[in-house]
Amino acid sequence: MAIEIEQPRVGLSKIAVSKTHGEDSPYFAGWKAYDENPYEEFGNPSGVIQMGLAENQVSFDMLEDYLEQHSEEASWGKKASGFRENALFQDYHGLQFFRKAMASFMEQIRGGRAKFNPDRVVITAGATAANELLTFILADPGDALLVPTPYYPGFDRDLRWRTGVNIVPIHCDSSNNFQVTPQALEAAYKSAESMNIKVRGVLITNPSNPLGVTIHRSTLEHILDFVTLKNIHLVSDEIYSGSVFSPTEFTSVAEILQWRNYKDCERVHIVYSLSKDLGLPGFRVGTIYSYNDQVVTTARRMSSFTLISSQTQQLLGLMLSDEKFTGNYITKNRDRLRNRYEKMISGLRNAGVECLEGNAGLFCWVNLSPLLESQTRESELAVWDLILHRVKLNISPGSSCHCSEPGWFRVCFANMSEKTLEVALKRIQIFMEERKIKSD
Amino acid sequence: MGFISSNRNNEQLLSKIATNDGHGENSSYFEGWKAYDSDPYHSTQNPNGVIQMGLAENELCFDLIQEWVQNNPKASICTAEGANEFKEIAISQDYHGLPEFRQGVAKFMGKVRGDRVTFDPDRIVMSGGATGAHETLAFCLADPGDAFLVPTPYYPGFDRDLRWRTGTQIVPVVCESSNNFKLTKEALEAAFQKATEAKIRVKGLLITNPSNPLGTILDRDTLKTLVRFTNDKNIHLVCDEIYAATVFNQPGFISIAEIIEEELYCNRDLIHIVYSLSKDLGFPGFRVGIVYSYNDQVTSCARKMSSFGLVSTQTQHLIGSLLSDDIFTEKFIAESADRLAKRHEIFIKGLAQVGIGSLKSNAGLFFWMDLRRLLKEPTIEAETALWRLIIHEVKLNVSPGSSFHCSDPGWFRVCFANMDDDTVKIALRRIRNFVLQRKGLDQGPAKRPCWQNKLQVSLSFRRLDDFVMAPHRMSPHSPISSPLVRARN
Repeated sequence: MAIEIEQPRVGLSKIAVSKTHGEDSPYFAGWKAYDENPYEEFGNPSGVIQMGLAENQVSFDMLEDYLEQHSEEASWGKKASGFRENALFQDYHGLQFFRKAMASFMEQIRGGRAKFNPDRVVITAGATAANELLTFILADPGDALLVPTPYYPGFDRDLRWRTGVNIVPIHCDSSNNFQVTPQALEAAYKSAESMNIKVRGVLITNPSNPLGVTIHRSTLEHILDFVTLKNIHLVSDEIYSGSVFSPTEFTSVAEILQWRNYKDCERVHIVYSLSKDLGLPGFRVGTIYSYNDQVVTTARRMSSFTLISSQTQQLLGLMLSDEKFTGNYITKNRDRLRNRYEKMISGLRNAGVECLEGNAGLFCWVNLSPLLESQTRESELAVWDLILHRVKLNISPGSSCHCSEPGWFRVCFANMSEKTLEVALKRIQIFMEERKIKSD
Repeated sequence: MGFISSNRNNEQLLSKIATNDGHGENSSYFEGWKAYDSDPYHSTQNPNGVIQMGLAENELCFDLIQEWVQNNPKASICTAEGANEFKEIAISQDYHGLPEFRQGVAKFMGKVRGDRVTFDPDRIVMSGGATGAHETLAFCLADPGDAFLVPTPYYPGFDRDLRWRTGTQIVPVVCESSNNFKLTKEALEAAFQKATEAKIRVKGLLITNPSNPLGTILDRDTLKTLVRFTNDKNIHLVCDEIYAATVFNQPGFISIAEIIEEELYCNRDLIHIVYSLSKDLGFPGFRVGIVYSYNDQVTSCARKMSSFGLVSTQTQHLIGSLLSDDIFTEKFIAESADRLAKRHEIFIKGLAQVGIGSLKSNAGLFFWMDLRRLLKEPTIEAETALWRLIIHEVKLNVSPGSSFHCSDPGWFRVCFANMDDDTVKIALRRIRNFVLQRKGLDQGPAKRPCWQNKLQVSLSFRRLDDFVMAPHRMSPHSPISSPLVRARN
């Protein structure tokens, strides 16, 4: 048994003691409340319903069916003979047939409107790693990336924590449905300049998280022109590209580049992952697609820190190579998400709650500003707290997404059964009715 | 599909990290790989190709694992038996990791250490392979500009893993062949002093035990010295125990985990272990890296950072099942050590018979071969020239000591566990032929003792051939029929 002796505190790094990992944000506080009292249809019907997790659980049956029909090939082939080769494969290029399958899947999602070269696909363990890795490559410590608000809270950690890079927000608001305007872009750039911060790129999420909308083609064109003019990068996180409700409403930056004959393409990089479209966040499947040769080479070298398990590459390479399966999956998944969204919107409207007109993603961007006592962040957090502890719904406050307008909330609808969604909508209805009665 | 990429101002478009050499691929360590990649040996398709002996991989026990996988279909969630767990596992992205995974790994780590210590599953933190684990710890323990002391010779990957994106430095602790590369307190103090004089802040000491590339283990006294040294200086001690289960002969492996139980005054907040399944089990593709820290704050920080390199839950599930099977793991650990021992012996004996020595070792997937006597002069240039000869003429990719920052030229790391038995024979034959040829060219008196040795061991050639060659076949390249041997006899 060791004797207790006063030890000098040993220092850890600045990175280790900083709060930039972001886990103290309310975005995560709600998760704790859920973890302590999770809703269960029969076991705990008055528990907290998790509506703060952007997960896609509406299409698992299709994946399970696929596995049932292809179980032997999926698990290393006959008598596990492929096991050895697969277990030994640590080449950071990734399995060729996996990259080919990813490229073809990305093409299918975009209706064939853009071509993807498998040799430009770099593998990473999730989009979290992809975004951090790109930041290391495109920016030096102290530099900045411009990011439209509201944005996914995880970016604060992914883009900034270990890289030392800053995020300078491009402010968007409800006056034009939160679309990025040329003025807002320019203002953000100037704001960075005035702080003596060098801007290295713009990072957009298309379709947007938390808005649940695709970016207009004309906006994308403008952003592309802007980054070209300023000689900076464009990172397009297209992680929700397979979750657009209608196939014609999504324009990927890849399509625009192709249409422009790849002029000035070396500054464009696309991030993708299977965590949302296929609902497989546990498998850690992320990719970087870059039109810049040096970025591809460097990203590949850096991916040594964060490769995809070869076991998972094997399974998903197989699945995604099956174009009949993927074609069917993409279509059905879209339909089911659209149905969920429509159910959500109609339920909210019945309760007198408005939301942004969405066309993609696993969530709604809901306007609860009428409930706020004052149009402030504090009021917003008070409402959030009320909804968490009284209505027992964990939804994400807009301030955690750096939204400049208080009162907006991201509400997820695809990470639960339809029944649970109905229960949640009912709770909202009751809550709003009670509020109405109170104020009358 | 190529792009007419103007790449105008491309250099300025990217970060300093992206454009420096920190990725380490310009090291000679990788040159040999390129030679291998362009002309890889294959028993039938390319029998004169380069044999890969620069890759520290463990391929000796896949039959055991394959058998287990076949008999346990539930462990692979993409089989009919395992599919009902698919959804739950595929959704889980909790950076704590699946409980059965952490329990399995903790149990395995204990078993590898003869159950002399236990590991707490709640301290098991995932990372993108040991590569990711080292980088994560560097990020947690040091600021840019700070340094880690690392005994030489060391694994070339550390230059990238510890330094590239973190901005930390490595200050070498020089170990020399004159005392069999023992890690001494004097060498540690000298390195620390050197750093201090250069105004570099030392944040930790990183040791690899068992050692890569030496294949040796640290004895109890040395380990205690290290603990005391780091305690005194109040710096971290990171122990990479990635080769722990590859110890194949006595003396037995002693883990830092055991030492800290014995050292009463040890500050546990300074102790961190890096582990992985890439070497002990032979699963480098599965990217299972582990950070095991005795410091709560580091554990917590590393866990948050693990978001950047989590292990696929599909793999966590498989590993959790595999490593919870005690009967399998015990059998595997014993059998693996046994096969490594046999493989090691074949090479050491085969080389000894042509007068090639190596550092006495009892662990790892490689041995540290001594070719100093074949150098024209004791310099890195001569070593590099010899190495190029070995790659391009002898057609073996071995790793030159200089790529491991070894201070004494002439040593080479030779991997022996990444090939089948037939390739072993061919590799040995090539080395022996090369050495004999070199000796034949060199008429100096200094060489005589070697030839005398040759005469003495000529009988044992026959015995070795019985051991190494196929029983019914006398290869035309057999040393017994070699004209060189006959001439000298």
